[in-house]
Amino acid sequence: MSDPLFEFCCRMGDNTLVLGHRVSEWCGVAPVLEEDIALANTALDLIGQTQLWLGLAGEVEGKGRDADKLAFHRDVWDFRNVLLAEQPNGDFGQTMMRQFLFDSWHLMYLKALMSSSHEQVAAIAEKSVKEVTYHLERSTDTVIGLGDGTTESHERMQKALDRLYPFVGEMFIDDEVDAAMVEAGIAPDPSSLRAEYDAHLDTVLAEATLTKPEDDFAHKGGKTGVRHTEHLGHMLTQMQWLQRAYPDATW
Amino acid sequence: MVGERPSIETVWEWLSAVPDPEIPVISLTDLGIIRDVAWQGDTLEVTVTPTYSGCPATTIINLDIETALRGHGIENLSLKRQLSPAWTTDWLTEEGKAKLEEYGIAPPQPAGGPKHCPLCKSENVERISQFGSTPCKAQWRCTDCLEPFDYFKCI
Repeated sequence: MSDPLFEFCCRMGDNTLVLGHRVSEWCGVAPVLEEDIALANTALDLIGQTQLWLGLAGEVEGKGRDADKLAFHRDVWDFRNVLLAEQPNGDFGQTMMRQFLFDSWHLMYLKALMSSSHEQVAAIAEKSVKEVTYHLERSTDTVIGLGDGTTESHERMQKALDRLYPFVGEMFIDDEVDAAMVEAGIAPDPSSLRAEYDAHLDTVLAEATLTKPEDDFAHKGGKTGVRHTEHLGHMLTQMQWLQRAYPDATW
Repeated sequence: MVGERPSIETVWEWLSAVPDPEIPVISLTDLGIIRDVAWQGDTLEVTVTPTYSGCPATTIINLDIETALRGHGIENLSLKRQLSPAWTTDWLTEEGKAKLEEYGIAPPQPAGGPKHCPLCKSENVERISQFGSTPCKAQWRCTDCLEPFDYFKCI
């Protein structure tokens, strides 16, 4: 295993990079102008946070790779994002459900990271919390509005929840990287946040009149990089095409 | 460049004349993103904090600072990025807030929404979206004069 702090920074940065890119795919094609702008702003925040996390990852690694190098010159098996982040956008409802499930975890985890023993990790978390608070507010409102909306919007949101819920569990799995972070006082055990997350999810889903699937089965393999879903590779061919076609091009 | 180096106060004055690239009615010092100006030996060190981590204006701001200070003859310049404490709209100067309102952008309020419509001053306003034309703004609308307007988000 490489340096656990490097792994940790890649996990944080790859989550925001992959989800940020996914969300940016809506730019220009969202259902209404306000949503288009909101999605583009969310994507922008996430990509900004990516620069901070992957920038730190590169410093920690010390091999001269900066955030751009890490983002554009790695292949699927080197990515450390959770599987939830790479799931395709689907319809607007599925995109917003994915966002809600991710934001809920993201904000809790970032708040815990604000008291990290690592000064830069704590600073990035402090900065990100302000932005992610807005993301969660919006995704929560949208999930409630569409869940408790028309028959069609309700059905679509329930379908999105059923489709995405099996990707929730991975965010709370502890492994040896997490253990090393806990020991160094850098980050909490992901599993320690599960109860709070579940309580939050239950409250919002009740208001949205949506039913959480009973089966707690969780797909995994994203944060370790062992097994990504087929979707990430397809996404990278688009995200990285310029650097693949013209390596090290600058402008 | 004269032989002696300019004072810190003079440098702050120069920086207060550099407009924000996205909202040119306010300056970088009005925005509260210049956190420190100091001489480290012969090098002038300017510490800047980003408003939003993905704000595309950040690189332009750094370029504008550099251009302005070089224009005043500063040769050895270093720009430092500081993330913590994270930028807050509390650092907007009172003068900056007044300039925003005059420009048609409702300044941030602790209550989380605009005090009134920046155009007709009516307090009957409603939110269209938490997000707007730049990361730092939200979209609101006045239900009296019916004009949509930007609100500078409180963070």
